[in-house]
Amino acid sequence: MNLENFFLMRHELVLTIITLMVLIADLSIHEDKKYKIIALATTLFAINLIIGFFPSLTGNLFGNMYKTSDLQLTMKNILNLGVIVILLQSVTWLKTDENKLKISEFYLLVFSTLIGMQFMISAGSFLMLYLGLELATIPMAALAAYDRFRHNSAEAGIKLILSAAMSSAVLILGISFIYGTTGSTYFDTVAMHYSNTPLQTLAFILFFSGMAFKISLVPFHLWTADVYEGSPVNVTSYLSVISKGASAFILVIVLFTVFNSIAMIWKPLMYIISVLTMTVGNLFAIRQQNLKRFLAFSSIAQAGFILLGIIGASEIGMTSVVYFIFVYIFSNLGAFGVVSVIYYKTQKECIDDYDGLYHTNPKLSLVMMLALFSLAGIPPVAGYFGKFFLFTAAASAGYYWLVFIAVLNATISLYYYLLVVKAMFINKNDQPIAYFKTDVPAKIALIICVIGLFVIGFYSTIYQYIQSISFGL
Amino acid sequence: MNNGIPIEYFLVTATLMFFAGVYGFITRKNLITMLMSVELMLNSVNINFVVFNRYLFPGQLEGHFFSLFVIAVAASEAAVAIAIIINIYRNFQSIDVEKTDEMKF
Repeated sequence: MNLENFFLMRHELVLTIITLMVLIADLSIHEDKKYKIIALATTLFAINLIIGFFPSLTGNLFGNMYKTSDLQLTMKNILNLGVIVILLQSVTWLKTDENKLKISEFYLLVFSTLIGMQFMISAGSFLMLYLGLELATIPMAALAAYDRFRHNSAEAGIKLILSAAMSSAVLILGISFIYGTTGSTYFDTVAMHYSNTPLQTLAFILFFSGMAFKISLVPFHLWTADVYEGSPVNVTSYLSVISKGASAFILVIVLFTVFNSIAMIWKPLMYIISVLTMTVGNLFAIRQQNLKRFLAFSSIAQAGFILLGIIGASEIGMTSVVYFIFVYIFSNLGAFGVVSVIYYKTQKECIDDYDGLYHTNPKLSLVMMLALFSLAGIPPVAGYFGKFFLFTAAASAGYYWLVFIAVLNATISLYYYLLVVKAMFINKNDQPIAYFKTDVPAKIALIICVIGLFVIGFYSTIYQYIQSISFGL
Repeated sequence: MNNGIPIEYFLVTATLMFFAGVYGFITRKNLITMLMSVELMLNSVNINFVVFNRYLFPGQLEGHFFSLFVIAVAASEAAVAIAIIINIYRNFQSIDVEKTDEMKF
């Protein structure tokens, strides 16, 4: 093996170096000047983002344990784009006094979870997948418990780590049966030996339960709302967008490449779980007052829509899943961006508090409205195209009833997204949130989100490029 | 190859351990005990891996490697979980899981 082969894992290597640089900078910078790390880490990550877009070789490393192709590179770049937006959004929060001494910890934890997700996406064996998954989960719990003196944050941390540990135990029980029946943990070998014998079906279902926990599909979603509400707002947006997106990516890859011989088993499973996830997520979202909790349930419902693309098991299906997550990153980050800006200025995060926001902060309300329209799937913004392609993928595979239920659910979701828009634009309020100036980094992040929402929808090259690198069953 | 102990014995033990862990995780109220239950589940999976490797595929080492990695990951998981439990104790003056119920529904 040549040394140049290591450049195949460029994304992970650059990110590891950046993590170490932030660590060393933290040691050498005086306590009063820790805020300098914010600029340093964000700049370094922006460089990483740009390096990620350079064309690269593709291939396998370490005896097929690590695989990379254009599809995986694109997925990593999508995640990097989302993370840079989150880093910009979290500047306001990190500059507060209580976080003065632990700024670098935020960056270290975010970068190490991102390294985990990128290794997970590039996994070529179940061992790599498991390690990446754990590297993405364990620091995440520390992030959720970041606000040390807030009860809810500690509670969110313990809820996340205990349920994540439980789910990963179920996941590796599944992997152990896969190993026991096929004699290998490598994707290629497992795919050759996989059939629908009872033990292998059980192994698949255990494995799928573990993954479903990460994407918060319905029977495994109970941790989501609590953890999302308790964590700091920026960590919540990281959890709901990047963590969920990465797990959905690897689930698509694993289902299409490893478990393709038992598609007739996982398709009905996906059907049921998709219907359950959309319906339960939507019905619970209607009764929420806290915006973070509201967005948590809405993100559960969105995960149900993602399954619609997977169930088609075609090239269009994979394209629509990757494209939908790309759009979803910008729509959800737009919504969370506004919530975090308002929360750290006024400590308010209930829907009622947003009454009359349009009259005092028209720009923020417009961004929030566009983001919510995109989540609901209203035409001019990109969310519409994302949902449209997902529905096309399911319909072209003949799942008309499923598409019908999904359309019904999309209508229900429109109701509760519009409740927030109504609160901002129509509801009267004697004491609306006063006018304030948004900090520059958060403003840039919101502008990126809005541009993303329009450009991804209308610039069809993105969709065509993703389609050219995806594959079906 | 083996010492006369059939593979089923190990697998039954591992399964019993796993479900003892699940039972403990669901019924216990103390956060540390819940963490111990999860460790029990992870260790039962380790037995699975080692036994499959030893009895079914003795020519290779993948199962042994996997269980080594699982041990390492379980240790780091316990470290983070206990750190958070200490933080819970400082916030709530208790590590009873029923006290950590400020957010519901």
